[in-house]
Amino acid sequence: MIQNIVDGFLVGSILSLGAIGLTMAMHMLRFANFSHAELLSVGAYAALVFDALFSALLPVIDAAIGPLSLTWALTLATLVSMVITGLSAILIDKLVFKRVRAKGGELSMVFASFGVAMIIRNILGLIFGLDPVLYSQEIVFAIVVSREPFLLVKPDQVFTLIAALVIMFILHLVLSRTTFGYSLRAVAENPTLAQVSGINLNRMIVLIWLIGGGLAAAAGVFYGLTNQINPVLGRDLVLPIFAATIVGGIGSIYGAVLGGFLVGLASNLALVILPSGYSPAVPFLIILAVLVIRPHGLFGEERA
Amino acid sequence: MTALVARNVVAGYVPDLPILKGVSVTAETAKVTVIIGPNGAGKSTLIKAMAGLVPVSGGSVHLNGTEITNPRPDRMGALGVAYVPQSDNIFRSLTIRQNLDLVLRNAGAEAADRRESLFTQFPALADKQSERAGALSGGQRQFLAVAMALAINPSVILMDEPSAGLSPKAAQEVLEYAKSLTEEGVTILLVEQNVKQALRLADHCYILADGRNQVEGPAHELLNDPVVGQIYLGGKRVAPA
Amino acid sequence: MIGVLSYLIFFATVASILSIAVLGLNLQWGNTGLFNGGVVAFFGAGAYGTLILGGIPQDGLIGGFQLPYLIALFGGMVIAGIVAWVVGLLTLRLRHDYLAIATFGVAVAFENLVRNAAILGGAQGIRGFERPLRDLFESALAYNAAFFVFVLTLLILTYLFLERLIASPFGRLLRAIREDETAAQSLGKSPSRVRLTAFIAGSVIMGLAGGLYATFYAFISPQDVLPILTFQIWAMLIVGGAGNNKGAVMGTFLIWAAWTASGWALSRFAPLEVQLYTGSIQFVLIGFVIVGMLMWRPQGLFPEKLVVSQSAAAKR
Repeated sequence: MIQNIVDGFLVGSILSLGAIGLTMAMHMLRFANFSHAELLSVGAYAALVFDALFSALLPVIDAAIGPLSLTWALTLATLVSMVITGLSAILIDKLVFKRVRAKGGELSMVFASFGVAMIIRNILGLIFGLDPVLYSQEIVFAIVVSREPFLLVKPDQVFTLIAALVIMFILHLVLSRTTFGYSLRAVAENPTLAQVSGINLNRMIVLIWLIGGGLAAAAGVFYGLTNQINPVLGRDLVLPIFAATIVGGIGSIYGAVLGGFLVGLASNLALVILPSGYSPAVPFLIILAVLVIRPHGLFGEERA
Repeated sequence: MTALVARNVVAGYVPDLPILKGVSVTAETAKVTVIIGPNGAGKSTLIKAMAGLVPVSGGSVHLNGTEITNPRPDRMGALGVAYVPQSDNIFRSLTIRQNLDLVLRNAGAEAADRRESLFTQFPALADKQSERAGALSGGQRQFLAVAMALAINPSVILMDEPSAGLSPKAAQEVLEYAKSLTEEGVTILLVEQNVKQALRLADHCYILADGRNQVEGPAHELLNDPVVGQIYLGGKRVAPA
Repeated sequence: MIGVLSYLIFFATVASILSIAVLGLNLQWGNTGLFNGGVVAFFGAGAYGTLILGGIPQDGLIGGFQLPYLIALFGGMVIAGIVAWVVGLLTLRLRHDYLAIATFGVAVAFENLVRNAAILGGAQGIRGFERPLRDLFESALAYNAAFFVFVLTLLILTYLFLERLIASPFGRLLRAIREDETAAQSLGKSPSRVRLTAFIAGSVIMGLAGGLYATFYAFISPQDVLPILTFQIWAMLIVGGAGNNKGAVMGTFLIWAAWTASGWALSRFAPLEVQLYTGSIQFVLIGFVIVGMLMWRPQGLFPEKLVVSQSAAAKR
């Protein structure tokens, strides 16, 4: 039970990072972006590539940090990956979504995102192979935190949780202390009024993709660090991340954070009563429950 | 002197279905110009078109003699034109102070001074500056919206039914405040449903119906015109087409 | 010769079954503007429903009620309709993204359920279905030809039903809602009610397709209800031209032919080490087809003849 709660928090932090970008883009561009979770895969693989590159160039930094399997090279690679994934998100918008937006409308965008997800996922599979890979071949043993109740935690998991919380805290500072943060919230709440208030919407869309992509990349690396990296990572996480945005209310950044943790916890706690094979279905049950109890989510607004 | 001019403006949300079918309106500098007319006349569409929020497909819009037809709405502030929408005109999830800081974000070193001077003008807002704007009363929201418009030191303010949904007293306050701004040289162009109140303090008035100009004239004359009074000011209503 | 004929019948049967599903999707998307991201759930509900209701009793499996075939098939459709009713009721009042996400979710959950629940056959699926009237035919070829005629008849009936529906006042209402919800509302109709009806009707049609599919193979397993099938069915509709039933059927045959041909070509000509990636290559190709269509020819290859108002669509 306690193990499930700890695991739930860990998964939750990854889902939260993914959901923040999704909820912003989804609210502003008014479409359910099924390709957002693929950005986690892009981020995870980009970090893998740069990790190898940096380690080869500078073998010194290919050393594990403390008890972690994380190396300095991977840390650096993650930062690069965040930028690259953010830029990829902008590129995808420019190449596909922007054009479909101009042609069709928001409903075509949903399906276009289906197509984009399919393309990204399978191209990653073609490049990197279908088998799972790891950032580090070294085995880092989990630490038995307590025996009664039994609790196993890996150092990488603790690091991931802390790093995710730090990133979210930085985001919180930006949102609550800077005029750029106010602009982001303003755009999320009321794009027309934001425009009238002098905010350039097109520039904001670019920034939202950049931030969303960056956070997704971090989430992808964290997932890879605590599980494994494979091309279907996005497929496996798309529903939980959607569930997190619905729980929080579409458009609410803080809602997405809370939603991520709630979905992570609920999915792991559900395993106490359900056989583990059913865990992919749990996010759907959460979505159903939210739609029944509170359709607009915890922080969502009534406005359609 | 004319500050803002709409000349034969044709505009609408859908290309083949114009709501405005050639409307001309002139807002004189440092005067209150009011646009009235029945529901669906295109009043709001007109000022949205002037603010760049509705595409103009015919005619032109001029600001101080320069053509600005179809401006980017986010650039209007830089041109000195502020627009106060009818509803949803403040960011409810931000605090009052954050709302003001948002519009002042490009004011640089001046931002803090301007914010303080706005708080001096609107003490009720200063008292609640750390509260979420969504918690304000209707009248206070309207004043915050006006304060946000004033923050950019505009020469022209477009207001879409500023008194809508307010109590008669609050409505009167907002309108009188708008009037008082003209003494500092600000041009006001407003759309109103509250016809009598608006005409009493406006300088000039345009009446629109079905996307076209109907009547225009000095506000006090229209207020006393028996025909206008009959049609638009609560006399026998003529159903608009 | 016989081989070619038998393959053609096989191909045409599967394509016709998929056409029925695409027609169901067209009612939802093309005519009403509802995004169904989980077509396989409704297809699968019909398939599993038909086999469970019409199959023979088996150890450890639910059902095996041995109902007469047409009743079993109809039962499968009803089950698909019930799933649609629940999902639709919860989401159709909300922003359109909720329906997209919830339908996607129901498909994930459905696949997960049938894969894990032993009483539904688990990963092995449900086998041992006795195809109706099989005994009346000497050869497998004759039976398959007859089954194709049966499927084709149902396809034509579905097509005619939808054409009449679209021409009816209800059909006009659907398009009115698709184009402009407020206008439809002003006609005094409740859009969410009408949308729910269209959503359920479309899902029931998908359930019919699923039932026929399971009958044809006398077998259904979680492998048949993977998300890729949703994607293929969508591709068929988008390529054919949303809103146009004839286009939808043509798009189905076209995409299904391209899909099987590309699969065959890859397995025949691609080097062995590439063959492992046949699926990935096909998925990338179909992804490009979709995205390309949406970008350059969103109306499809065979567009809807009657364009209600291009301008109203441009408004969004």
